[in-house]
Amino acid sequence: MEQLNNIGASLDFYIFVSIALFSIGAIGVLTRKNMIVLLMCIELMLNAVNLLLVTFSTFFGNGEAQIFVFFIIVVAAAEATIGLSILIMAYRNSKSIDIEMFNKLNG
Amino acid sequence: MSLQMISVILGSLTIASGLMVVLSKHPIRSVIYLVITFFFISAMYILMNAQFLAIVNMIVYAGAIMVLFLFVLMLLNLNKEMEPETSRMSLITAVIAGGTLFLVMITALRDTFQYGKGYVQVPVQDAGLVEKLGKLLFSKYLVPFEISSILFIAAMVGAVLLAKREKQIID
Repeated sequence: MEQLNNIGASLDFYIFVSIALFSIGAIGVLTRKNMIVLLMCIELMLNAVNLLLVTFSTFFGNGEAQIFVFFIIVVAAAEATIGLSILIMAYRNSKSIDIEMFNKLNG
Repeated sequence: MSLQMISVILGSLTIASGLMVVLSKHPIRSVIYLVITFFFISAMYILMNAQFLAIVNMIVYAGAIMVLFLFVLMLLNLNKEMEPETSRMSLITAVIAGGTLFLVMITALRDTFQYGKGYVQVPVQDAGLVEKLGKLLFSKYLVPFEISSILFIAAMVGAVLLAKREKQIID
């Protein structure tokens, strides 16, 4: 008999949590005007995707999805660094962290 | 308390702290709630026996990236008047859009839910252990791994270049 490992909840529960987190992140990106909070909402959405990938990886016993999660974490770290340095530069020029400030870019 | 109970509590706490990231007015509170969310997600990884990713998530996300956010927040020295206001119209539109996104994704994945019913108990998975992942990472995915280090160098140089203070012109 195959040894069984209880992972707590069924597949649909984890999918539900990850979709809910993704939607919350999307709502945050659409509503908040603060650039830092905007970046944090993007991180939240990336983490929701990571949770979904790990869930399917566990349910099908395939480790390759977890490698992809590793690369997503790598890219997220690089993205946060660049985003925050652009933010610092924008703050120095305009003394504001309102995302509407970038409307000036359309000439 | 059964494992199912624990995971349901964990999931609802994750969603609640994720909501607080968006709802809280002060950016520093948002950062703290985001760190809490990441810890809950790490706990879920441990439940799913993805030990390596749980540790990496805690060290890299909750440790490094969030400390970076906190540093920037402290450096900028924001006060309450500078918090930008959201108009009511855009708030309503965004909530409708996000809710629709949620509903559409839940509906699209309904078939998966049916499929997942019998999978409450899955065979022991050792796919998430460091040994298995390391073998995979350094054989099949060696080239992407090396390319990601180039990405990091590019990001580092870019960040230093962007955030460097321009020379003051003294005449």
